[in-house]
Amino acid sequence: MTPRTLLEVDDLTVEYGQGRRGRRGHAPSLRAVDGVSFDVRPGETVGLVGESGSGKSTVARAVLGLTPVTSGRIRFDGTDITHAGRGLRRTLSARLQMVFQDPYSSLNPARTIGQTLAEPLLVHHGHRSARADARVAAMLERVGLPAKAAERYPSQFSGGQRQRIAIARALMTSAELVVCDEPVSALDLSIQAQTLNLLSELQRELSLSYLFIAHDLPVVRYLSHRVVVLYRGGVMETGPVDLVYERPAHPYTRALLAAVPDPDPRIRAGRHDEPVTPQGTSRPTAIGCPFAPRCAHAVELCRKERPRLLPVDGVTGGAAVACHRAAELTSTGNGVASAAGRPGNVHMEET
Amino acid sequence: MKTTPPPTPGRRLLRRPSAVVAVAWLVLLTVATACAPLIAAHGPLDQDLSQVLALPSATHPFGTDSLGRDLLSRLLFGGRPALLAVAEALAAHLAVGVSLGLVAGYRGGWADHLITRIGDLLFALPAIIIVLVVLSVFPGNLHAAMITFGVLGSPGMIRVLRSRTLGIRQEMYVAAARVCGLSDTQILLRHVLPRLTGTVIVQAALFSAVAVIIQAGLGFLGLGAQPPAPSWGGLVADASQVIDRDPWMLVPAGVPLVLTVIALTLLGDAIRDTAVENWSVSKLAGTSAPPPVAEEIAGAAGEAAPGALLSVRDLTIEIDGVPVVQGVSFDVMPGETLGVVGESGCGKSVTALGVLGLVPGNGRITRGRVVFAGADLTASPAELAKVRGSGIAYVSQDPMVALDPTFTVLSQLSEAVRRHERATREQARERVLELLAMVGIPDPPGVAGRYPHQLSGGLAQRVLIALALAGRPRLLIADEPTTALDVSVQKEILTLLHTLQRRTGVAVLIVTHDWGVVATLCHRSLVMYAGQVVEQADVESMFVRPLHPYTAGLLAANPHRAVTGQPLTTIPGTVPSPREWPLGCRFSARCPYAADDCRTAPVALTRPVPSRLTRCLHVEELAGEGARP
Repeated sequence: MTPRTLLEVDDLTVEYGQGRRGRRGHAPSLRAVDGVSFDVRPGETVGLVGESGSGKSTVARAVLGLTPVTSGRIRFDGTDITHAGRGLRRTLSARLQMVFQDPYSSLNPARTIGQTLAEPLLVHHGHRSARADARVAAMLERVGLPAKAAERYPSQFSGGQRQRIAIARALMTSAELVVCDEPVSALDLSIQAQTLNLLSELQRELSLSYLFIAHDLPVVRYLSHRVVVLYRGGVMETGPVDLVYERPAHPYTRALLAAVPDPDPRIRAGRHDEPVTPQGTSRPTAIGCPFAPRCAHAVELCRKERPRLLPVDGVTGGAAVACHRAAELTSTGNGVASAAGRPGNVHMEET
Repeated sequence: MKTTPPPTPGRRLLRRPSAVVAVAWLVLLTVATACAPLIAAHGPLDQDLSQVLALPSATHPFGTDSLGRDLLSRLLFGGRPALLAVAEALAAHLAVGVSLGLVAGYRGGWADHLITRIGDLLFALPAIIIVLVVLSVFPGNLHAAMITFGVLGSPGMIRVLRSRTLGIRQEMYVAAARVCGLSDTQILLRHVLPRLTGTVIVQAALFSAVAVIIQAGLGFLGLGAQPPAPSWGGLVADASQVIDRDPWMLVPAGVPLVLTVIALTLLGDAIRDTAVENWSVSKLAGTSAPPPVAEEIAGAAGEAAPGALLSVRDLTIEIDGVPVVQGVSFDVMPGETLGVVGESGCGKSVTALGVLGLVPGNGRITRGRVVFAGADLTASPAELAKVRGSGIAYVSQDPMVALDPTFTVLSQLSEAVRRHERATREQARERVLELLAMVGIPDPPGVAGRYPHQLSGGLAQRVLIALALAGRPRLLIADEPTTALDVSVQKEILTLLHTLQRRTGVAVLIVTHDWGVVATLCHRSLVMYAGQVVEQADVESMFVRPLHPYTAGLLAANPHRAVTGQPLTTIPGTVPSPREWPLGCRFSARCPYAADDCRTAPVALTRPVPSRLTRCLHVEELAGEGARP
């Protein structure tokens, strides 16, 4: 018996043409997402982690139909939405919503909060009505803002309040899946905690699913049930969050986790540190593992053949890892001595 | 959060004196021309040859022309085609300019290409000549001429709106609207056009002013209304013929024209300002009480610690007359790392910049001393200039912004080197390579030749640190040096700072909001809240047993310590803005321990434990709580 899946992403690939999206666009066609597959079940949070350039935001944009998909398939509750047109998107928007990172750009400064919040209703129920106003007021109060906030403009609210408003907008219709792209990374610590609590309360109350994208690993751990680790557009590892955080099977996951500075001054030296050659010292081969140039455990095979995402031996819960040497490395207890992370081992990485 | 219903846009517009004058003039003009037969005692064509070129009198308030026709009457009747012509030109201008500009910016691709090219073509055409051609095809048809002029004038509007729309299209709220399933038309009408109103109004007002002049010019050349029919341009032409005999006639002929142009421009500005004022950055002025008087700082911060490299005492910084940092005192010992922690709006960055005398905006240091290696920087700008770069260096948050994109790494670094020490070009280059090697760049000559945009974020931050080290500083001030970086790059930079410190003995003052950074790098830490220091301690003690409820709350709110499934500990509310600072403890509104005594008077820093400072009256309660498992 397999539980119903709400969102199913299957072998998703997104390529950007030259000159699009700036910064790293020196390649003629940049493969931002490369064969990514995962699913989200009802009431579940799936965390998508990775560094900049890992393609996590592109996955979100593809799911929301904001970026054209090169190949692969995206299904929402059984319906193929990979290339959904405006009409399908419109019906879909009642159930699929989003919260973006930047609370300053995600609300139109020229429209009142009430107008912004009523917009999703307008799409589905036509013109503004007293019922819409009541719904706006109720939703504002649910996210912890006074109902009269509806009359005011975004500039009169702080970053944290704006993010609450953005969350309220996502929940105006009966959303089932909310794509959250870095929803708390622009917020201060105390506001971040308030927002995370709000998200998890709302999830329990409304049995929401979240596709939660963040670069902050502790935040992802706190909110997610399962996690997908991305590197250069590919999935490196996926599995139940506690398993991936406690027993990371992929060298990249280990390196990522070890890089998070521990807020405990007694642990100044790295814990299970992973020796990593910094990004870009040499380019990954087109056919091999994308992480091989930075990986201390890379062997000839890693550069010749791209590892497939395979279930981790002896673990249940859908854990999978894309590493040729995962089995032998995990069996030797992380497989690495604490060689890196000591002060003085400085690296470089390139454009 | 108090709110008063905003007055209607019309009423707000009429609060501006320039708008009142402009509106009054335009209304007067419109009404007068519309009611011309009622106002004017004479017809525009009635001649009175006994009153030729008369000066103003009771029968002819503006005087008469060379045929004895009443100038007031001719002015009013002539105003009708004039205003109509301006309206026609404006309508054509807006219809073409706004629609094409929006489509080009929003759709992009071939539509953008085509429209931009058409715009370029229209730009290249001499508008006046085309209008003259149109008039030769349709003789005397001012409507055709003005509509043509409106279309020919639209490329300016197209270009401005296109570029504004391009920017707005990237905004997240447009993405949100698309996810909601709004159609393109709905998005344009609800999200794009409202943002453009200001631009459109200003452009339209300026264009109308030009159109007034153009239609008068056509009249002057006799290409509009044919004599003897009255027109404004014709009036000016008549007046110019008799300028030697009757200079007065130029006044009724020209002044209304000039006033109309000025009124249109003023009105455009005023409408733009009112249209955006209700959603542009909220005005704080006059809405809140003046900030509370700065309190006495207890002796806790006292005198400078002996041997301190940097010693800040009672530092108070005001921006636009509002204190944003109040009575901050701390020391940095040689070779030490001091972390300044807090949320945004607590004054940490302003404090760090204040040490260097670089207060942002209109800010200034109003009280206190900054003493670096025995020299008082606040007292003497000369000392400050000497210390900047060579004594104290600064590393900012975003390396990409801090490096000049037009110069190579080598030229930026060698400029800094030669600023601080006498060196030939070759010596400077060697020193640059040495600096780059020092910050862990494996290929210094290669990186030295690159431009900032060719560097990744981590590499750029290393170059920035090398730049800071060029003057061999004894103190490095780093403002959120790793916030913009990825976690693995952040780790590399933290390791680098640690290494540099051990190797060169430089002291570091690091501003951060990340407890992980504090725990990794700092010896001591300073917690700031609402412009004040609320706690200061060595890092180990602070993490184990915070002595201020804000520190405790901030530590607990860190998701690193969270247990999945259990709510995170939060601090309710938000940091008050400087104008909202209360008289008593500034944290009291968010504090679980707050009692009446906290709110009545400013709280001073105390030293409950040796070498630790806290600004809390209920520190025992907090400590008792903290002892519980």
